Amino acid sequence: MSALAAKPQPGNTVRVVLEARKIVKSYGHVVALDGVDFDLRAGEILAVVGDNGAGKSTLIKTLTGAVVPDSGEILLDGQLVHFKGPLDARHRGIETVYQDLAVAPALDIPSNLFLGRELLSSGILGSVFRRLDKRRMREGAAAAMAELKFRLPSINSLVENLSGGQRQGVAVARAAVFASKLVIMDEPTAALGVRETGQVLELIRAIRDRGLPVVLISHNMPNVFDLADRICIMRLGRRAAVVSPKTHTMADVVGIMTGAIKVEGG
Amino acid sequence: MQTSHHDRSRYALSQLTAGCAVFAIAFGLAGAIGVSYAQADDVIVGLVTKTEVNPFFVKMRQAAEAEAKTKGLKLIARAGKFDGDNEGQVAAIEDLISAGAKGILVTPNNSSGMLGVIKKARDAGVLVIALDTATDPADAVDATFATDNFQAGVQQGAYAKAALGDKKPVIAMLDGTPGGTVDTFRHNGFLKGFGIAEGDPAIAGAAITNGAQDKGQVGMENLLSKNGDINVVYTINEPAAAGGYQALKSFGKEKDVVLTSIDGGCAGVRNVKAGIIAATVMQFPYKMASMGVDAVADYAASGKKPTGFVNTGSYLITDKPMPGLDSKDSAWGLQNCWGD
Amino acid sequence: MSSATPSAPEASAGLFSRTKAIPAVGPILVLLAFCLVFAITNPRFLAPHNQSIILQQTIVVGTLAIGQTLVILTAGIDLAVGAICVLGTIVAGKLVLLGYDPVLSMLFAVSLCTLSGFVAGALVSRLDLPPFIVTLGTLGILTAALRLISKGGAFPVQDDFLGLTGNTFRVGSFVLTYGVIAMLLLYAIVWYLLNETRWGRHLYAIGNNPEAARLVGIPVRLHLLQVYALAGLIYGITAWLALGRIPNADPNALQTANLDSITAVVIGGTSLFGGRGGLVGTLIGALIVGVLRNGLTLAGIDPLWQDLVTGILVIVAVAFDQLSRRRR
Repeated sequence: MSALAAKPQPGNTVRVVLEARKIVKSYGHVVALDGVDFDLRAGEILAVVGDNGAGKSTLIKTLTGAVVPDSGEILLDGQLVHFKGPLDARHRGIETVYQDLAVAPALDIPSNLFLGRELLSSGILGSVFRRLDKRRMREGAAAAMAELKFRLPSINSLVENLSGGQRQGVAVARAAVFASKLVIMDEPTAALGVRETGQVLELIRAIRDRGLPVVLISHNMPNVFDLADRICIMRLGRRAAVVSPKTHTMADVVGIMTGAIKVEGG
Repeated sequence: MQTSHHDRSRYALSQLTAGCAVFAIAFGLAGAIGVSYAQADDVIVGLVTKTEVNPFFVKMRQAAEAEAKTKGLKLIARAGKFDGDNEGQVAAIEDLISAGAKGILVTPNNSSGMLGVIKKARDAGVLVIALDTATDPADAVDATFATDNFQAGVQQGAYAKAALGDKKPVIAMLDGTPGGTVDTFRHNGFLKGFGIAEGDPAIAGAAITNGAQDKGQVGMENLLSKNGDINVVYTINEPAAAGGYQALKSFGKEKDVVLTSIDGGCAGVRNVKAGIIAATVMQFPYKMASMGVDAVADYAASGKKPTGFVNTGSYLITDKPMPGLDSKDSAWGLQNCWGD
Repeated sequence: MSSATPSAPEASAGLFSRTKAIPAVGPILVLLAFCLVFAITNPRFLAPHNQSIILQQTIVVGTLAIGQTLVILTAGIDLAVGAICVLGTIVAGKLVLLGYDPVLSMLFAVSLCTLSGFVAGALVSRLDLPPFIVTLGTLGILTAALRLISKGGAFPVQDDFLGLTGNTFRVGSFVLTYGVIAMLLLYAIVWYLLNETRWGRHLYAIGNNPEAARLVGIPVRLHLLQVYALAGLIYGITAWLALGRIPNADPNALQTANLDSITAVVIGGTSLFGGRGGLVGTLIGALIVGVLRNGLTLAGIDPLWQDLVTGILVIVAVAFDQLSRRRR
C-alpha cells in the first residue's frame, strides 16, 4: 500500500482541504446546526470541542455523510460535494475512526485493516474465483504499521489478543491507509486507559506528520492541547471561535465553550 | 515480543483439561466396552425399535433381552429418536450388519423407508423380521410378527357399535399420526367394525394426537366444542384415550360416551378397570420379540427361516362384555399387559 | 506508545495464532481418540465397509450442518434445517409421482428450499426478527404444510435420478456413494467461500461485530439475506442426497435434524455467539457423532450412551468457547 505516501506539504499559502459553509440542520423544532462554518487545512490536526448539544457530533456527521444538512455547502479540495451517505464520503477519501473499537475481534490484523476493501488475487483466481490475496494484504498491513511506527506482537495476531490501545491502533491505521484526503476521529480514545490513549495519540501525530489532515473530536482538554494545531470551539449550533493552543489557555477554551467568554465575530 | 507466561499457561491448562476430559470419557468407554465385548463369537441378534421411550417398545426390548439370554444370544438394541426417524433406523441396521448380526428384528417407522437397507441386510445373509409393523411390500422382510392392526381396529369398532346400541352414532376419531401404517390400519379397521365408511356423516370429526395424552385432551376438547352430541370415541391408543377422557370429564360427558382404544398397556387396562375406557384391544409386544429372537436362534442353528405374516393376536379387554363379542376382563388384562 | 514495552494482555497472540493455523485441533483429537478406542475394542470398526457406512450415515446431517454453520457464524441459529430439507424430498417426490421430469422436479424442489431460506433471511435481516423465532416459525409452518401436502403419509420415491446420489462406486476396498462425494464437494466449495473470498471474510466480520462491519461499508442486511438463502440452497441439495440414502419422502422425517446439526457445529468448535469457528470443525463434529453411534453399536453398548457422551461433548465445547472468550 502506498496510500500513506507523504502528501505535498503546504507552502506559504494555506491550502484548505475541507470547507463547510453556513450548514443548517434541524430535527423538528430543535436546531442542531445554525449556519456553521468549518475549515480544515492541509497537514493540520484540528480539534473540535464543545459542550454536549453544541452541535459537534451533528457537524461531524454531516462531514462524514451520515447526516444530510438542510442547507449550506461542503467543499472538498475546493469542489462542491454532496454526501448522501457514509460510503460517499469514504469514496471521496474521508475516513472515520469511532470510539467504540470498530474492529472484528476474531479476525487477524490484515483482515481488519482491509475489512470491506479486501485485495483479490490477480488474474483468473481473482476475477473468476474471487480469491483473496492474503499475502499482499499481510504485506500491506505490515508496511502500513511500519510506516506509522506502530508496533504489534505479530501481524498475524487476532485482534482480540491485542490490548485496547492496539485494537484502536488497527482502526486508526485502517483509516490512515485508505484516507486520501483526511481522517475524522470521533472520540478515538474515550474507551481507553491513560497509557493506551498515549499510544493512539502518538499514532494520530504520525498520521499528521505523513501529511494527512486530521479532525479530532475530543472531550479531553489536555489531549487536545497536546495534539491540536488549531481548536474549533462549538457553542449553541455555531462555531464560537477557532483558536490556537499556543495563544489560548484551557481556561480560555472552556470559557468560550460555556459562553463565559464572549467572542466577536464567531 | 514478550510473552505473558501467566496467560499462556492458563490457556494451555484449559486445553489440557479439556483434552484430559475427552480421553477420560474415551477410555472410560473403552473399559465399559471391554467388559461387554467379551466374546466375539456370540450370535448377535439386533433389535431396532421405533423409539426408546414408548413402553410398548420397552416391553419388546425386555422380552427380547430375556429370550436372548435363555437362548445364549447377544442382543444389541437400537432405536429411532422419534416416530418417523427413518434415517436413525437405517443407520442402526447398517451398524448391525457391520457388527455381524445374524438376525435383525425391526419395527419400521415407515413401511417403505427401510426397503433398501433391509435388502442390503438380507443380501448379506442376515435374517430380517419385521415386528409390530409390516413393510410395504410385506415380502421385503423374511417374516412379519405383528398384531393384525386392522383386525384389532375391527374389534374396537364392533365393540363400540354394540355398546352404543340403538342410539344414533356421533363419532370422534382421535387419530395418531396421519398416514402412519398402524394408524391407517386401526382407523380403517374401526370404521369397518363399526360398519361405516370413511366420510360417513356419523363421523363428527378427527384430531391428530400423535398418540400423546396432552394432544388427545386438546383434540377431544376441540371436537366437543364443535359437536356436543359426540357419543362414540375412537382412539389410536390408551394415552390418547386418557387425554380424551379428561376432556369429556370437563365437558361433563364422560358418562354418555363410549370411549374405546387399542394397545393393552397396563395403564390402559387399569383405566378399563376404573371404567374410564369402555374397552381396549390388547396386543402382545413380548410375544413378537420373543418369537423373533427364537426365530433368529433357529436360523443360527439350522439355517431355517420363518416366512409370511404371523399374527401375534389381539384380545378385547372390557369389564362390560357385549354378547357375540369375544373378550377378556380387566383382571386377565392386568396379568398380560405391558408397561407399568 | 508504539515503542513502549508490551504489557501482559498484548502478548499471548503467539499461541493463539498457532492454534488458528491448525483449525479444529480439539475436535480432531477427540475424533482420533474415539476411533482408537473403537478400533481396539472391535476390529470390525476399521473395516473399509464399516468406515464407508459411517461416511454414508453422516451425509444428511453433515450436509445440513454446512448451512447451519453459515447461519451460526452470523450469530444466528436455524431450527428449520430439517423441515426445509423434508420439503425438498416431498416436493421432488410428489412431482415425479405426478409424472414430471425428475431433473426439473428436483431443481424446482431445490429452488423452493432456497426460497424458504430466502424468506427466513428476509425476515431476519429486514425486520430484525430474532433468527430463533423466525426459524421456529418456519419449522412449524413447513411441518404442518408438509403433512397437509402429503396427507400425513410417507411415500416411496422410485426414480433413478432422484436416487442417483445413493449409487455406489469402489475406491480400492472402500465402497462410496455419490452422496458422500457430493457432501465432501459441498464442504470444499463452502470452505473456499468462507476462507478464501471477501464474502466469507465479511460473514465472519458480521458475526463478530455487525456494527463494525456496517461501519466499514459491508452491506450487512444483504449479506445476512444471502447467508440464509445459501443455507436454504444447501438444505435443498441435501434433500436430493437424502433421497439417495432413503428413497422415501416422509413428512415425519428429520425432526431432530436441527438439533443434530447444531450439535455437529458446536462439537466442531464453532461459537454460538458467531464469528468464530469453521467448516472443518463441523465436518469433524458430524463424524464424531457418527463414529460414536456406530462404534457403540459395534461394541454392543446401549446407544443411549451416545446421547450421553454427545451431551458431554457439547457442554465441553461450549464451556471451552465461553472460557476462551471470557479471558479476552
